[in-house]
Amino acid sequence: MTMRFADEFRDPEKARVLVAEIERLAAPLAAKRGRPLQVMEVCGGHTHTIFRYGLKNMLPSDVLEFVHGPGCPVCVLPMGRVDDCVALAREPNVIFTTFGDAMRVPGSKGSLLQAKAEGADVRMVYSPLDALQLARENPDREVVFFALGFETTMPSTALTVLQARREGVGNFSLFCNHITIIPTIKAILDSPQLTLDGFLGPGHVSMVIGTRPYRFITERYRKPIAIAGFEPLDVLQSLWMVLRQLADGRCEVENQYKRIVPEAGNAPALAAVAEVFELREFFEWRGLGSIDHSGVRMRKAFAAHDAERKFAVANLQIADPKSCQCGEVLKGVIKPYQCKVFGTACTPERPLGALMVSTEGACAAHYQYGRIDLLKARNEAVEATL
Amino acid sequence: MSAARDIFVGPGGRVTMAHGGGGRAMRQLIEGVLLPAFGNSLLAPLEDQARIVMAELAGLGDRLAFTTDTYVVSPIEFPGGDIGRLAVFGTVNDLAMAGAKPLYLSCGLVLEEGLEMAVLTRVVDSMGRAAREAGVKIVTGDTKVVERGAADRVFINTAGVGVIPRGAQISASRARPGDVLIVNGSLGDHGVAILIARNQLALQAEVTSDSQPLHGLVAAMLAVCPDIRCLRDATRGGLATVLSEFATASDVCIRVREAALPINEVVRGACEILGLDPLYLANEGKLAAIVPRAAAEVLLAVMRAHPAGRESAIVGEVTSAPAGSVILSTSFGGDRIVDMLSGEQLPRIC
Repeated sequence: MTMRFADEFRDPEKARVLVAEIERLAAPLAAKRGRPLQVMEVCGGHTHTIFRYGLKNMLPSDVLEFVHGPGCPVCVLPMGRVDDCVALAREPNVIFTTFGDAMRVPGSKGSLLQAKAEGADVRMVYSPLDALQLARENPDREVVFFALGFETTMPSTALTVLQARREGVGNFSLFCNHITIIPTIKAILDSPQLTLDGFLGPGHVSMVIGTRPYRFITERYRKPIAIAGFEPLDVLQSLWMVLRQLADGRCEVENQYKRIVPEAGNAPALAAVAEVFELREFFEWRGLGSIDHSGVRMRKAFAAHDAERKFAVANLQIADPKSCQCGEVLKGVIKPYQCKVFGTACTPERPLGALMVSTEGACAAHYQYGRIDLLKARNEAVEATL
Repeated sequence: MSAARDIFVGPGGRVTMAHGGGGRAMRQLIEGVLLPAFGNSLLAPLEDQARIVMAELAGLGDRLAFTTDTYVVSPIEFPGGDIGRLAVFGTVNDLAMAGAKPLYLSCGLVLEEGLEMAVLTRVVDSMGRAAREAGVKIVTGDTKVVERGAADRVFINTAGVGVIPRGAQISASRARPGDVLIVNGSLGDHGVAILIARNQLALQAEVTSDSQPLHGLVAAMLAVCPDIRCLRDATRGGLATVLSEFATASDVCIRVREAALPINEVVRGACEILGLDPLYLANEGKLAAIVPRAAAEVLLAVMRAHPAGRESAIVGEVTSAPAGSVILSTSFGGDRIVDMLSGEQLPRIC
């Protein structure tokens, strides 16, 4: 059975043509460099598509590699912030609301899921508006929404806060952990070990911020980028666009996801974000450390809805476990399975590092979907010894 | 229905702690609600145990199959079924997956104080109907009542016994390279029906649970292919989990063709919106069978002729390597590993 607006973007015939073109472009470029090309998909949604549809195994790994970027907001949340969440959730009168995938993120003293099991009132919601509704229904309780994500989710939280203020729902507040993508890409580009050849830009973030903020990547760092949609053909076409730029010696911000992403972004969404949020001086990322201006907090005018001002939030910095090599994986220096603890001390059931937490994280995706090449390699090794 | 029962379960009647207390109220509950629903000659004497004549069992096969399962689904009534129907068919299906003929069930009820008698009556009547539909008898039981908040309305445990016919050697460890994988119809209907019934997502769609007994289908399959290798119903954890179990236990690779999987459009749509994978969604009337390739076409024809298998399809095959893995060949043209689920996809699905 076909599903309109989905199956058109999953046509295997078109995929075969694109894969052949990608191979044709990539082979001479890789030969010139003496190594496989490295293209980073910044967004966790793309990582998921690559694994979910088996794109990785369709492409020639000897000439082309995906480097899975930092764009999974659940994964890059530092332990200290998770501890703050757990502490807030344990406040006696609080209903702590969160998206489901944030429940399993480990802090230094357990996850929200564990806090819930121990009696904290933690509830999964699908939208900040669900949290606002809970606040309306429970006027005697404090409802805290765990605001998380890049520019993609910022407008919906901002609009919910504006709605809460309009209605005077005083028992609704945000624990704001929104982060911004541009300073993070810059931090990766400034890494001395960097060998990346190009980028697939995040589609949904760009729907909000537009295509202009990426120009520094092409102008200052001379790396091509194509803003990409999330269907498998979107990803292949964007990859092909980046390779074509490399082959032509061009370096531009191209927009493959034109059906969603306007050049100037979404003005009303940006206005709501600007009204509610302001940049923090710095924000701590799991695996990447502190990055300047990479997070936002609520403006003082919204103090009444700001959990960081309403409650005593410890805001402790807790170092990542020493054995974790998330930072090196994020920068493309090592592959997920080259990490010392991958699949042993660190698994999706008991994630040690950030990237093992959500299926959008590079390590969890490798663990869940990607071990096919490892299995093949293992079997070939076994056969060779027989 | 007797007049006495009408009075007992009339509007406003609720379960109280006394109904689990062992005294008169409990007797009334058993005689007024449970016996009329389950009524059969083995239960009627109300001894502390059902007494089953062994000679009758011995005539049916050479091994006893014995299983238990507990049902905590929320909500207790949903499109296509209710907790009572699940509690009967779920246990019947667990027996059927050994090729057994299901015969007798027990019924353990944990009731929350304050449960409407009308709801309880609907649930146990549904169990009775399901038992008759499946040709099994509910022959023993137990009822406990717990304080409000200590359970969510009603939990049901059913244990079941059945007899395995001589010759059937179904086991998760018997898949061999060259065998093929068959499923008996659309995947994920139950999981999505429950999700929509909870109404937390404000999604509206026509999808009903696939809750159905499978022993009739299995008997028809065994009649034409006594050498069925592996058989499991794909409940919690969905098809992906069952196949992972087969692949590990048999030390083989199972390759699944995504394009061949029967999945309803509504279920596909819900999965797209919610980011769920239909391979992991719960079913309550779907089985995965690994069978010898030579028997596959005959089996498929027999399954499609059976009411519980109209949409049966061959969806994959068994290979030797990489051993212990399940690989999905995506419709898009790529391959990926299908692993066991980490954590839970949806709570209280059955």
